[in-house]
Amino acid sequence: MAPPSGNPTTLSEADRAYLASLAPQAASPYHALNPLTKAAIATIATLAAFVLGGYVAPLAILTVLVIPGAVAAGVLTRLTRVAVLISVPISISVALVSVFTRAGATVLFTVGPFDATAEGVDFAGQIIVRLFVTAMALGLFGLTTEPRAFVVDLERRGLSPRVAFAAAATLETIPLMVERALAIQAAQRARGLDTEGSLAARIGGVMPLVGPVILSSLTEVEERSLALEVRAFGRPGRRDQLWTLADDGRQRLLRWALLVGFILVLVGRVAGALPALP
Amino acid sequence: MLELDAVSYRYPGYARQVLADVSLAIGSGEIVGLVGRNESGKSTLCLVASGLAPVSVGGVLAGEVRIDGTATAGLRPFELASRVGLVFQNPNTQRSGVTATVFEEVALGPVNLGLPVAETVERTHWALRTLRIEALADRDPARLSGGQAQLVAIASILAMRPPHLVLDEPTAQLDPEGTRLVGEALQALAGTGAALLVAEHKTDLLDRLCSRVVALDGGRVAMDGPAAIVLADPALEQLGVERPARHRIAGEVAAAGLVLPGAIA
Ligand SMILES: Nc1ncnc2c1ncn2[C@@H]1O[C@H](COP(=O)(O)OP(=O)(O)OP(=O)(O)O)[C@@H](O)[C@H]1O
Ligand SMILES: [Mg+2]
Repeated sequence: MAPPSGNPTTLSEADRAYLASLAPQAASPYHALNPLTKAAIATIATLAAFVLGGYVAPLAILTVLVIPGAVAAGVLTRLTRVAVLISVPISISVALVSVFTRAGATVLFTVGPFDATAEGVDFAGQIIVRLFVTAMALGLFGLTTEPRAFVVDLERRGLSPRVAFAAAATLETIPLMVERALAIQAAQRARGLDTEGSLAARIGGVMPLVGPVILSSLTEVEERSLALEVRAFGRPGRRDQLWTLADDGRQRLLRWALLVGFILVLVGRVAGALPALP
Repeated sequence: MLELDAVSYRYPGYARQVLADVSLAIGSGEIVGLVGRNESGKSTLCLVASGLAPVSVGGVLAGEVRIDGTATAGLRPFELASRVGLVFQNPNTQRSGVTATVFEEVALGPVNLGLPVAETVERTHWALRTLRIEALADRDPARLSGGQAQLVAIASILAMRPPHLVLDEPTAQLDPEGTRLVGEALQALAGTGAALLVAEHKTDLLDRLCSRVVALDGGRVAMDGPAAIVLADPALEQLGVERPARHRIAGEVAAAGLVLPGAIA
């Protein structure tokens, strides 16, 4: 079949409708926000929680910037579950380290050579609150944004596709790694490695999977990056995307307001004009 | 025109030469077949002929690889991409991973080339139609059979309309119908003046497609000549390559001392 020779300049109505149907479908008005707006909310909420510190400010940020969005998107329960799952392991290690290593006047109890201080408990508590707010803020972004939508939107704004891809690929690899782990597990079970049975046997059975999963992901990343080179991925310059995501003046205004608000908070905090909340 | 001039190549971090003193020129409109046993260096030669090794892969190249007279060594990866297409052996790692449908996957190359949307869409339709995979347009590229994934990978490169094309076992997972369609697409591309290099174990396909065949052995060119002569040579079997059915059968018939009326060879 002869390849197309002309340079068509117009799209048919059917093609136009088809391309529009390729864009990610939004499940709620919050999903429908431009990815940059959702990313701005997540980033500013995280940064502000860290800059302000204490307990009240991060929880206020959570209430104002994250929870309404999660409710609008209908993902509050799922988001909370994910955020707890992510922040609990880190919180435990933070608590263990800071409760016992923080110097302080009020010793609560002593374990061997270690003193648990009230200051340590307070410090750990503040960190944990910030971690939880971070997990909620970033989780809301993740649950309401398709990586490819974010990539296409960032590219349209002139970000290097390479950087955008690195971000998207990282997000998209996780389910693939899980799938690969299952496939390798099946293969190893077929070769007689025990991955079922008692917990000890299961942990023992999973260990041999770790290497192959990570290694095959690494070579895959290498092969994939080659395959992308062949698709002219690294070409600098603009691209005409098949579909674009809506953005509007109100969202632009919101993003600027978030940024300006954050800068004010930062300056106020550094200059000492903002009192520290508990 | 694709040219390799006394090319030797080592992968980064390895002392062994995977290709040694390979010279090869593929003219405009010519389809050259590449055969050899596993590990003989076919995939490596594909990477080198398309410039990806060493430009992206790294490693040490001696000699020169030229695309239409321009040495690949000085080009950037995206500049290579617009001069020569490369279809890899493994269809699954060729997926970009950033698209949700086969249509977007095939369109990705043209989009990256900076083409206007209308042209991208026309090329994508054309590439899908050429390999008869329009029906896959809305499917998730990560959820395809091996053969489908291979056709999508080939369509993804065809849609970029590369002036020249290198394919590494493009039909390994295809059924006879898919193999035939790929063969036709390659012939059509050669008809537009492209130089094509096709690494394949299926010598029957090369027999139909190629004007010339090169056999590699241990990274060196062991045979290079007109397809009809190289593919008929029983010495191919020592290189781990099975000859096309018609030559094998003719050989068996002759060995049995029989003469066929209107002999095939
Ligand atoms: N990325 C790499 N790094 C180091 N060595 C490599 C790499 N890829 C291939 N090799 C080596 O180069 C040699 C040639 O391999 P190559 O993949 O080119 O063979 P092939 O002819 O394509 O084999 P097959 O028919 O199995 O596809 C092999 O010895 C292989 O181990
Ligand atoms: Mg190979």
